[in-house]
Amino acid sequence: MAERYGINHAIIPNIALKFKTYTLHMSLTIDDVLRIAHLARIEVTENEAQATLTKLGGILGLIEQMQAVDTAGVAPMSHSQDVTQRLRDDVVTETNQRELFQANAPAVENGLYLVPKVIE
Amino acid sequence: MINSSLKQIAAALAAKKISSVELTQGFLDRINRLNPEINAFVTTDAGRSLAQAANADALIARGEVGPLTGIPVAQKDIFCARGWRTTCGSKMLANFTAPYDAHIISQFDAAGAVNLGKTNMDEFAMGSSNETSYFGPVQNPWDRSRVPGGSSGGSAAALAARLAPAATGTDTGGSIRQPASLCGLSGLKPTYGVCSRYGMIAFASSLDQAGPMAKSAEDLALLLNVMAGFDARDSTSLQREKEDYSRRLNQPLTGLRIGLPQEYFAAGLDAGVAEVVMEAINQYRKLGAEIVDISLPNTRLSIPVYYVLAPAEASSNLSRYDGVRYGHRAADYTDLSEMYCKTRAEGFGAEVKRRILVGTYVLSAGYYDAYYLKAQQLRRLIAQDFKQAFSQCDVIMGPAAPGTAFKTGEKTDDPVAMYLEDIYTIAVNLAGLPGMSLPAGFSNGLPVGLQIIGNYFDEARMLNIGHAYQQVTDWHTRMPEGL
Repeated sequence: MAERYGINHAIIPNIALKFKTYTLHMSLTIDDVLRIAHLARIEVTENEAQATLTKLGGILGLIEQMQAVDTAGVAPMSHSQDVTQRLRDDVVTETNQRELFQANAPAVENGLYLVPKVIE
Repeated sequence: MINSSLKQIAAALAAKKISSVELTQGFLDRINRLNPEINAFVTTDAGRSLAQAANADALIARGEVGPLTGIPVAQKDIFCARGWRTTCGSKMLANFTAPYDAHIISQFDAAGAVNLGKTNMDEFAMGSSNETSYFGPVQNPWDRSRVPGGSSGGSAAALAARLAPAATGTDTGGSIRQPASLCGLSGLKPTYGVCSRYGMIAFASSLDQAGPMAKSAEDLALLLNVMAGFDARDSTSLQREKEDYSRRLNQPLTGLRIGLPQEYFAAGLDAGVAEVVMEAINQYRKLGAEIVDISLPNTRLSIPVYYVLAPAEASSNLSRYDGVRYGHRAADYTDLSEMYCKTRAEGFGAEVKRRILVGTYVLSAGYYDAYYLKAQQLRRLIAQDFKQAFSQCDVIMGPAAPGTAFKTGEKTDDPVAMYLEDIYTIAVNLAGLPGMSLPAGFSNGLPVGLQIIGNYFDEARMLNIGHAYQQVTDWHTRMPEGL
């Protein structure tokens, strides 16, 4: 039986091979990396940007494989079980635990979280 | 006791042959001896664990005994446990003490189980080798130069080294099944919605699911009985009748139809792994099962789809780490924006940052339809593949991972190569189905897992299928030498 289910040629190398040879739908630039990093509020230095670009390019190349499939008319799926959101009664269920929660905060004063000044 | 089943340990506790305090101390001693090298646990707290054990002993003395009373359980460090440091494998949360209990933790507490400590994991569960943890890589107890898999690598290594008799994991794209495969364990990812995500630090909310890890399917059933159940605090928790997952363990397998997807035995699968998996399937044939050829044609799309959906959800979920209310905050900054940017640059590791950036990109203005919506449409096609397959068979079997444990450092520089580790597991998360890995033998001395994929809510049947196999094989009782 083993040969019946033995190795045949199909799936996995497709991903690796396609990844290597696929032409990017849209190639990312250093400027794109810096723009995305700013949107994500993650500092990426000029030095790191090139390495980040290479790695992201590889991942986006992998993702581009999706575009080869026609999905016209297919309903998007967000969850496996098509359940509706439950409603709960509009009542207070939490008790005040400010001190406990603020014990984890980087900077607090008089029960308030401290951040750099945002309004002049 | 270290190689005993949970049932055997519970019987010894009930018969007062050993106390929970003695049992817990025994495992803590093993952790103290072996963990400095294996690095399976990031936090232990003997005082807390032994206090819980003493409480369990009091319950046992009064005869108030459940199947897990007094049994130590290693908890993946993704579950908030009140008073315990809870890090999710990240520098961002290296000093975070959870102010509340995850639902899963409350369930174990209510069952009288003992929290043995928090296990190492890939940072924010993003990884397949446990190498992205801020707390360092974990050794695979079968070969210390190799990875245990991930992201639940610490739980897997703890079980394989017999530092704990049971553990929890979470599985977003294979994070229970792949490490179970690489470490020779049994691990189950339940149907999405069966275990509450409340207090389980979020990675990709539409895929994240908690599950048990243990030596055997019988142990998994006892653990899942405690973990599963409706919780109003998780909006995707499913309202279902409580079920006993061990109720079908001893049923015969006669007439069981096992589907073998041709795509799971294609090139890319290690030949040694293929041989072990085929031998396991032959064993099922001897137990009365019938083998059916099936196809899951969209399997190859599951990885690109996952690497849109999971990073997109992660970029949203991880936006909460801003250095304001908890977690790491950068020391030097001039304004709020710089505080955010530096905090997140310092607090997150390279892989987490990459995924946040990918997620931010695919969700950015103008790209939503091309990426996120497209991925959700393909997700439906992938789920339909399984629906079609389950009209021909009762369960699907194949490998859990394409190879055995790889060397530490071997794939760290190539994220895409690392992502392919999950080629056989990711589609199951996308479809929301239950999946399990069972130890099925060895290839070149390293464990190989057999994956069993069930239809929605078929966990009890899957555990029955696992238990029947483990009645006629002993792979699940094997442990590494010299530990």
